[in-house]
Amino acid sequence: MNVKMQPEYKPDTTGATLAPVVVPASPETRMNSTDQRLHRQVLQDRIFRGVTRFFAFFVLALLAGIILSLLVGAWPAIKEFGLGFIVNTEWNPVTGKFGGWNSIRGTLLSSFIALLIGVPVSLGIAVFLTELSPVWLRRPLGIAIELLAGVPSIIYGMWGLFVFAPWFADNVQPWLTESTANIPVLGTVFAGPPMGIGMLTAGLILSVMIIPFVSSVMRDVFEVVPAMLKESAYGLGSTTWEVVWNVVLPYTRNGVIGGVMLGLGRALGETMAITFVIGNAQQPISSLFDPSTSISATLANEFTEATTVLHTSSLIYLGLLLFVITFIVLMMSKVLLLRMQRAEGKQS
Amino acid sequence: MSAMSSTYTRRRLVNIISLSLSTFAMLFGLFWLAWILYTLFKNGFGGLSVTLFTQTTPAPGSQGGLSNAIIGSLLMSVGGTVIGTPIGILAGTYLAEFGDRGWLAPLTRFINDILLSAPSIVVGLFIYEVYVVRTGHFSGWAGAFALAILVIPVVVRTTENMLRLVPSSMREAAYALGAPQWKMTLLVTLRAAKAGVVTGILLAVARIVGETAPLLFTALNNQFYSNLNQPMANLPMVIFQFAMSPYEDWHSLAWAGSLLIGLFVLGMNIVARALVKPQQQH
Amino acid sequence: MNAALKPKLAVKNLNFYYGNYHALKNINLQVGEGKVTAFIGPSGCGKSTLLRTFNRMYELYPKLRAEGEILLNGNNILEKGVDLNMLRAKVGMVFQKPTPFPMSIYDNIAFGVKLYESLSKSEMDDRVEWALSKAALWTEAKDKLRQSGLGLSGGQQQRLCIARAIAVKPEVLLLDEPTSALDPISTAHIEELVHELKQDYTIAIVTHNMQQAARVSDYTAYMYLGELVEVGETDNIFTAPKKKATEDYITGKFG
Repeated sequence: MNVKMQPEYKPDTTGATLAPVVVPASPETRMNSTDQRLHRQVLQDRIFRGVTRFFAFFVLALLAGIILSLLVGAWPAIKEFGLGFIVNTEWNPVTGKFGGWNSIRGTLLSSFIALLIGVPVSLGIAVFLTELSPVWLRRPLGIAIELLAGVPSIIYGMWGLFVFAPWFADNVQPWLTESTANIPVLGTVFAGPPMGIGMLTAGLILSVMIIPFVSSVMRDVFEVVPAMLKESAYGLGSTTWEVVWNVVLPYTRNGVIGGVMLGLGRALGETMAITFVIGNAQQPISSLFDPSTSISATLANEFTEATTVLHTSSLIYLGLLLFVITFIVLMMSKVLLLRMQRAEGKQS
Repeated sequence: MSAMSSTYTRRRLVNIISLSLSTFAMLFGLFWLAWILYTLFKNGFGGLSVTLFTQTTPAPGSQGGLSNAIIGSLLMSVGGTVIGTPIGILAGTYLAEFGDRGWLAPLTRFINDILLSAPSIVVGLFIYEVYVVRTGHFSGWAGAFALAILVIPVVVRTTENMLRLVPSSMREAAYALGAPQWKMTLLVTLRAAKAGVVTGILLAVARIVGETAPLLFTALNNQFYSNLNQPMANLPMVIFQFAMSPYEDWHSLAWAGSLLIGLFVLGMNIVARALVKPQQQH
Repeated sequence: MNAALKPKLAVKNLNFYYGNYHALKNINLQVGEGKVTAFIGPSGCGKSTLLRTFNRMYELYPKLRAEGEILLNGNNILEKGVDLNMLRAKVGMVFQKPTPFPMSIYDNIAFGVKLYESLSKSEMDDRVEWALSKAALWTEAKDKLRQSGLGLSGGQQQRLCIARAIAVKPEVLLLDEPTSALDPISTAHIEELVHELKQDYTIAIVTHNMQQAARVSDYTAYMYLGELVEVGETDNIFTAPKKKATEDYITGKFG
């Protein structure tokens, strides 16, 4: 019964302020039990807070642990090759010479292709979902696009290898080669035998994989644009596209860039789909049709077969570089999205 | 006046073109989804049979199923979820209930969002370094730990978001009754946020069931049934190995396995959405 | 109504629906050219809804529909095939809260003008100055035309929005509770402005503030529960309303 007479607890209340002043004058025994009860509850609250705090800290420690363990694992290779590892193209397990550029280039280039195709498409989808689609279709269509994100990457890989690559080799690559043959730069970019697998295919499949992430961030930030702001632009006689381009996009700029960065982070770290279709060749490339490799594909293919310490630690070095690149990209994405939220908070 | 109408005609043209492109982009996205799902069903459906669930992975050219891989995937996914979920819920609770001041909560929230999108293959490397190297062998436990690390950020985020949706009046009401904070959180707010938190867990499970990269260097693979202290077969790894092989019968098993995973993941996504929907309509 | 009144907008048998909800019931009225017409009434009476039919802003949202006729210069704007962009260029609108676009003050004004006219740099400069002067913002803003419109105070932002609306030289200006988010001094500024602007524009203003209606308008329409109760010259409405309901509302007995 006495419990109900206690003052309202505040999250930050400490034991000291909970002096039993409020406990009504009552027989000695009851007072003692109330006292004990209070003490026990304060203690329980401290424990509860401590436990949850510990696990919040655990999440931080996890990140530190990942970086630290990668550093330790990569140390022999860092000592041996230094930062030159990043630009060196030689990767030879037999002679024990390792340079990461082939893999790093593959990761960067395939992600760049993915953005080049994925971002405009995502923008189109977000515009369609927020401005054009009939209301009853918005939810099902949004879910359908989000399902693309739910498809496991190994399925993208199998589909890419067995279905997309052959189709691409038969129907698209020859046409690309022919139609760009006489154009100076593009002619080289799209030259070579149409094998299906290769850098371009990897980039294309990555673009499909990032579309759901980028478009759902874009849709979400588009939806927070105040209706009145859009109405103001419509009120001046703007067309839908002009409202999107001149009002919605500038207003949501940070959020949109944040979404693109999130997609980039996803593309950089993707492993299985790329491993299936990139061709896994440690070699320089001149055309986007050439088979190549990426950091994650190299890791997936060679890690369990690496026999020397230097080989293993060179692979971990690659993993460390991948983590650092994605970490920076994701951090930028997060900062931009936070800034967008903050600006939003100030407005309302 | 004519200048005005020509500007206007051009503007309308730009509008029509860009809106058509945006509609086209939508169709483009749906087209890939349809193509992938169609392929999955076409190639995987024929492979579905009872033996898939009763026999272990075969040598090339002989009969077999995926039972050891299915069991391995189940064990490791359950293990990863059981390890990762409590950690995620407790950390998420801290962020939501105590997370308004101090440096720990904002930093954790920030780092957690980065972990959410961190490359999963790097998580595999991490567990390889801290567990596989120490114990000296690949194992099912190592796989479960790697998957747990992928579960944690998903659960942290959904737990925090869902707890924050609980109206503060409900907290105040609990405090007003004299409930201590831990009781208030466990019995009132977490209970109110239950459906949302469960959704987060389901989404996390859907994610790890299809993950391959973190298992490459942790659980590895196995031809046979195994316990968690041995290298362990799992669906994604078997699919990877079989798909990359030159054998036709391995390919069809890989497709069947892909269909199993695909159906499971899509099913999880649909259940998760069905759970969230009634809440949003409140 | 005054026989000399020349109607700019004529509303005939207008009904409006939010899905199944009948929000405006058989409205008939005229908005006189070069006059200020105020719409008053308790919250939810349909005054903002009515205003939003004049430029068909409701078309942005599903399940909303209007039936009847609204004649602008004698042409029915509710007909199918009416070009909404053109209509909205002719019928400008200012909203309850200031809505500067996320761009500079200059570009905010130029935004609407560029949609329909291709002006040279100097012509555009002139137009921006003209619009800002009309909106009584020129002296305050002329030194920061390149700065973001979001940096202005609330009252200045609202005058910027009025400047943006008149820069395209509309025929009608719709003001939807334009001062509801402003302090008394900014409100006074805007009211003076309305007085100035009626030389050139036909103005329809929705307000929940009866004093404001009395101060700025020539005609006042009182609405209640989606119906037009009474409309007439503002002086008459406020001093000698014909209907009991209007009198109750105006004298504060109601609400």
